[in-house]
Amino acid sequence: MTVNKVLSSCDAAVADVFDGATVMVGGFGSFAGLPVNLIVALSRQGAKNLTVIANMGGVGFELSQRLKPGGYPDLGLLFENGQVKKFIGSVPALGGMPPTSPLERSHREGKVEIEVVPQGTMAERIRCGAGGLGGFYTRVGVGTVVEKGKEKKVINGKEYILELPLVADFALIKAHKADTMGNLVYRKTARCFNPVMATAARTTIVEVDKLVPVGELDPEVIVTPHVYVHRIVEVAG
Amino acid sequence: MKSRLDEQTITLRATREFADGSVVNLGYGMPGLCANFIPEGRTVFFQSENGMLGYGSLASDAEKDYEMINASDQPVTPMPGLCFFDSAASFDMIRGGHIDVVVLGAYQVSEKGDLANWGRPGRPATGMGGGMDLASGAKKVIVTMLHTTKEGEPRIVKECTYPLTARQCVSIVITDLAVIEVTKEGLVLKEIAPGWTVPEVQNLTEARLIPAKDIKEIAL
Repeated sequence: MTVNKVLSSCDAAVADVFDGATVMVGGFGSFAGLPVNLIVALSRQGAKNLTVIANMGGVGFELSQRLKPGGYPDLGLLFENGQVKKFIGSVPALGGMPPTSPLERSHREGKVEIEVVPQGTMAERIRCGAGGLGGFYTRVGVGTVVEKGKEKKVINGKEYILELPLVADFALIKAHKADTMGNLVYRKTARCFNPVMATAARTTIVEVDKLVPVGELDPEVIVTPHVYVHRIVEVAG
Repeated sequence: MKSRLDEQTITLRATREFADGSVVNLGYGMPGLCANFIPEGRTVFFQSENGMLGYGSLASDAEKDYEMINASDQPVTPMPGLCFFDSAASFDMIRGGHIDVVVLGAYQVSEKGDLANWGRPGRPATGMGGGMDLASGAKKVIVTMLHTTKEGEPRIVKECTYPLTARQCVSIVITDLAVIEVTKEGLVLKEIAPGWTVPEVQNLTEARLIPAKDIKEIAL
């Protein structure tokens, strides 16, 4: 049996994202690894009350021009549209930028709740969610606001806090190449959170620069195995 | 008005702390410049928490690839032996004690070496990024920062009033006025900017400074 995972447009790939869904969005923060075309499609699709899990909240198109000439669309679109009720990430807004990102404005207006998570803790929470684990103990955040309300445990004489898994209904992922089965490889630092998030969602949707026939990718270098990937769209690179 | 060290000089001084062969992570902002100032004859492996080990200097305009960036969103150049990995693997490396040195910026450092570097009044939506993981996991934490705020308030304080990144994690603070080591006895003033005196630097520091016996002028 062959399942066709390849779709012709990002709009078709995100059509069933429902109101109230939890959506992981890959990338690191700026352009590298950001599934820009899927984000634009989701902003057109219009699903509301989303919980978005992403490393950074985006800066919006205007400030994005400081990070890459010409700028690029980012998660700011979803906040401008009022589609997000909660953001979970390590850098909702960049302290080095003016306080004018769409997320920072929405937060100030009381429209978006923020859960701030140390970056490595976030990656590990997602890995736990993906791997069916109930959580993990970490020293990161001990003695800071991050430990608030969390179980503590002393292990080998050192204090740890319990962090719980993160999963999502959908993950929006950027990869460099996919074969038509959904095996993925990434390009340079556009890898970042993408392979981690690709494994932790019920439906993983990937935009790729290049789609290739099965058998063309070297099995030794495939980063994300096809079992995690449900939908693929080739976008103009 | 006496002159203070500029950002490049602070950064250059920080790179003098990198031992040959060390693995170094550079925090957001000023620390990123360190990649451009590796002391002659030393090999340093720069790790970036977005998933890269072994990059070189910041990229020139002609070299810029926006999928080849450091954690401060700046395009950087590859070095032989460069490798990429995902965020989870990157933070295993960081939490697991495989990073020798991290250079971080700061809003405040306390006399016990507590670090506050991610949140400040009026900006409730900023986050710590990988700062907590790095401050907790790296073997040595170097802070580079300006000695005082724009308003002239000390940033080296008795107790941090800004949100903490990690407790008792800082080893050394390099500012535009001084190099200060965090020890069990307190903050030891090791080096001082040219033309400045110990009482002048102490005046701009809330925490008590212990002048080192061999205190000297900051030199590169």
